[in-house]
Amino acid sequence: MSNVRVLVGTRKGAFILTSDGKREKWDVSGPHFAGWEIYHLKGSPADPNRLYASQTSGWFGQIIQRSDDGGNTWFQPGTPAGLPTTTPDGMPVGESNKFVYDTSEETGKPLTTHQWYDGKPHPWEFKRVWHIEPSHDDADTVYAGVEDAALFRSTDGGQTWAELSGLRGHGTGAQWQPGAGGMCLHTIILDPKNRERIFIAISAAGAFRTDDSGATWKPINRGLYSQYIPNPTAEVGHCVHHVAMHPSNSNVLFMQKHWDVMRSNDAGDSWQEVSGNLPTDFGFVIDVHAHEPETIYVVPIKSDSEHYPLDGKLRVYRSRTGGNEWEALTKGLPQENCYVNVLRDAMAVDTLDSCGVYFGTTGGQVYGSADAGDTWAPIVRDLPPVLSVEVQTLS
Amino acid sequence: MTGAMNRTVRVAMPAHLRTLANVSGDVTLEIDGEVTRASILNALETRYPMLRGTIREHVSGERRPFLRFFACGEDITHKSPDEPLPDEIASGAEPFYVIGAIAGG
Repeated sequence: MSNVRVLVGTRKGAFILTSDGKREKWDVSGPHFAGWEIYHLKGSPADPNRLYASQTSGWFGQIIQRSDDGGNTWFQPGTPAGLPTTTPDGMPVGESNKFVYDTSEETGKPLTTHQWYDGKPHPWEFKRVWHIEPSHDDADTVYAGVEDAALFRSTDGGQTWAELSGLRGHGTGAQWQPGAGGMCLHTIILDPKNRERIFIAISAAGAFRTDDSGATWKPINRGLYSQYIPNPTAEVGHCVHHVAMHPSNSNVLFMQKHWDVMRSNDAGDSWQEVSGNLPTDFGFVIDVHAHEPETIYVVPIKSDSEHYPLDGKLRVYRSRTGGNEWEALTKGLPQENCYVNVLRDAMAVDTLDSCGVYFGTTGGQVYGSADAGDTWAPIVRDLPPVLSVEVQTLS
Repeated sequence: MTGAMNRTVRVAMPAHLRTLANVSGDVTLEIDGEVTRASILNALETRYPMLRGTIREHVSGERRPFLRFFACGEDITHKSPDEPLPDEIASGAEPFYVIGAIAGG
């Protein structure tokens, strides 16, 4: 029988929730990295016991953690070249990994500034890793989306990182501006059918695509309309909150923008709004059913100034038509006095026959549904604010 | 103040850094030469490579903004990192403090 492992990043540590395929009884382990912000953790499709975690702190910076045993034990993979792999006392050494922007003449195109909130040039400054995306094929290859926005890749299991600088250097980088949460590269989608194609999204620059494994990039924001920027249809400057794709149909993308739920049928070359009958189309998460490429999920949030559900009712909305027609899913979710948020990386699905859907809230609840959203139940209720949720389906 | 010789110093760090370094309490370091803030941090990062980047930025070597340094009750955060530290620090009688800015609520 298959098992499910839910990886939860929170403001004060990581938690791992495990269950059998029934998804009724859950074991909870954690907090791992207690007291640290865990922006994201994710398992490798090539080796499910290989997990990567982004451990960050405003005081102490960025640490990359890795587990080779499904989260039972963790270590920092980076050991400086030439240094012993153990300390004089025999302890294993790790190093908080370096994320150094490429400023070389050859590849970095010395891009030194982006725009600050007030439009003035501002130097690129590394702050943290928002999202980790392991390769489909190789457990040692993994991508990291960082703030200030850039994409890095490691091909040695997280020991060293190199920037794919064609993204920042493709031409619009100097126009990018931070969103309220910082100028973060928060979404990385590796196309399972076309291994040279990668989609990424940046708040508040927009979505971008490469078709040559990250060497060259282009903005894919045509059709987005953002009233809050000087030119609502600008090539870049859109506050994309999250993008999702079904692996069987990788030309179709779904986007939760700051406002507006959007859909593309041509790999991002153009977008159409599919907010339809949603009660509000502001939100952060969006995800796709594991077996139904036209079934998608969002959690509508009241507005950009009121980051909680409309009317105090926590409702997931599901569309079985790829957008426009939405139904509220409420069974098992609080329908009064609920004022939590669901952040952009805090929803995921499992791949069991009856698709499981999971999301975490800033109130510390992680909700799960074993029936594609028809009914919900809290797996845990009182974690620190949840930053990210990922799911592994283990055979 | 101290001259150039091997000295044993103590460093007191915030709990998060002690956890990262797998230590409890103060750490003890051998300093070869002048005992300064820079030489202490260099020795600390050599002995505990996992701390690289957590106190000083990886690339610039600058102090991370929310951290401060104290010696014998004095805030030396904004003094030169190459300034010799008092004998009490150089002799290990007093620890060199790495302190995180207080924030909470």
